[in-house]
Amino acid sequence: MTAFNRIESKLSPDTAISDEIVLAGDGWMKELEPGQVLRIVDLEGNQAADTLFFDADNPEDHYSAVATIAGQGNIYLTTGSVLRAESGKELLKIVADTCGRHDTVGGSCSAQSNTVRYAHEKLQMHNCRDTFMLQLAKRDGGYTKRDLAPNVNFFMNVPVTPDGGLRFADGVSAPGCYVELESICRTTVLISNCPQLNNPCNAYNPTPIRVLIWNP
Amino acid sequence: MTSLWSKTIGAGDKWSGIIGKGKLLRFTALAPNANLSLMLFNANDLTERYNMPDTLKAQYTAHLTRGNVLMSDNGRVLASIVEDELGWHDTITGFTTREATDAKYGPTRYQEKRNEWLRSGYENFAVELVRNGLGVRDMGPVVNLFTKVFCDDEGRMIYDAAHCKEGAAVTLRTDMDVLLVLSNTPNPLNPSPEYPAAAVQLDITAAPGFDPATDYCFHFRSENRRAFENTAEYDLLSGR
Repeated sequence: MTAFNRIESKLSPDTAISDEIVLAGDGWMKELEPGQVLRIVDLEGNQAADTLFFDADNPEDHYSAVATIAGQGNIYLTTGSVLRAESGKELLKIVADTCGRHDTVGGSCSAQSNTVRYAHEKLQMHNCRDTFMLQLAKRDGGYTKRDLAPNVNFFMNVPVTPDGGLRFADGVSAPGCYVELESICRTTVLISNCPQLNNPCNAYNPTPIRVLIWNP
Repeated sequence: MTSLWSKTIGAGDKWSGIIGKGKLLRFTALAPNANLSLMLFNANDLTERYNMPDTLKAQYTAHLTRGNVLMSDNGRVLASIVEDELGWHDTITGFTTREATDAKYGPTRYQEKRNEWLRSGYENFAVELVRNGLGVRDMGPVVNLFTKVFCDDEGRMIYDAAHCKEGAAVTLRTDMDVLLVLSNTPNPLNPSPEYPAAAVQLDITAAPGFDPATDYCFHFRSENRRAFENTAEYDLLSGR
């Protein structure tokens, strides 16, 4: 698999059964049926959509960044990537991608990781793991912090070098770039549209995303 | 220094236990090409655990070696790598499943092979997690000691079969009371068609007193210093 497998979608927004805007800093959680297609659009460019997946029929089996990487033998996600759960189960497949590489190593920001990465005074700032936890809290106790595994960062560019370095680079995304995923089983999708204000990758300006769903 | 405790983790074996703060854990590969997968939890609050992305992001690295600390999801230092003869330990490629193990090495079952059947990382971890009151929902990225997997410019992952020599050792220091969960099962990207089988010896000794003024891991990056400060705050407030 190459680092960027650019495939455009043939689906029209007119035929989507769901079409929503998720504002910067907000969360979104929904189930997909097998064969349904989810599109996430980076409306203004260089936004990070932190996304987690759960097997909806067995929510204890969550998305696994490392099983996904080992399964495809590649550290980046693009068209053709199969997103796997910890058990190895195939949850979704990326069927279109106009952005470039998507990161699954960098995880999400949290209040605590902000204190480590930036400064102790950043503890009060809004962050992705708070958004995740608020969404989980609305699920009547079905989920806890234990279910928060490392996520996908759609549109995020986190290059890893052959000598094992890692950095946060300028985004490869642009306004209107999107990624599209087809659900293989019943899958729960949890998105935090990242509110990170410390990282220059979004020019310190978090922006909205658009989320669409099509039936098979 | 004489070990407080030693154990050999054989190929395919698993182990878990609580190890208090301030111990040195020296892991030695007893054969080439070892891969010992390790999960870490705060022993006093099992919802706090090793966080691979936070660890890598904060230290701007995609591999682990001396100076690196293993951070929890609460921004604290669970353990730090204080000595390392290998220069590279993997935390990106995870562990094997039953299906992947059968597909790669041929199906083996207890009913035919008895204890010679080939164990998978997922099953080993599932058993030890449940034994400690946890479950498969607590699965996450592991540290694969002794393994080097690097990626090329296209992101393709490449397993370095010449990386780990017999006798190579790495030493972790516990900086919190931890639940350590181990599985000595092959790295999923090890291309060998034969089930890799290298035992690992674990020797535990008391660590010298932690001195922030001179500690290598504390000064490795300013991010590490802040993570140690978060750990010290936790100790202060919890009285540990």
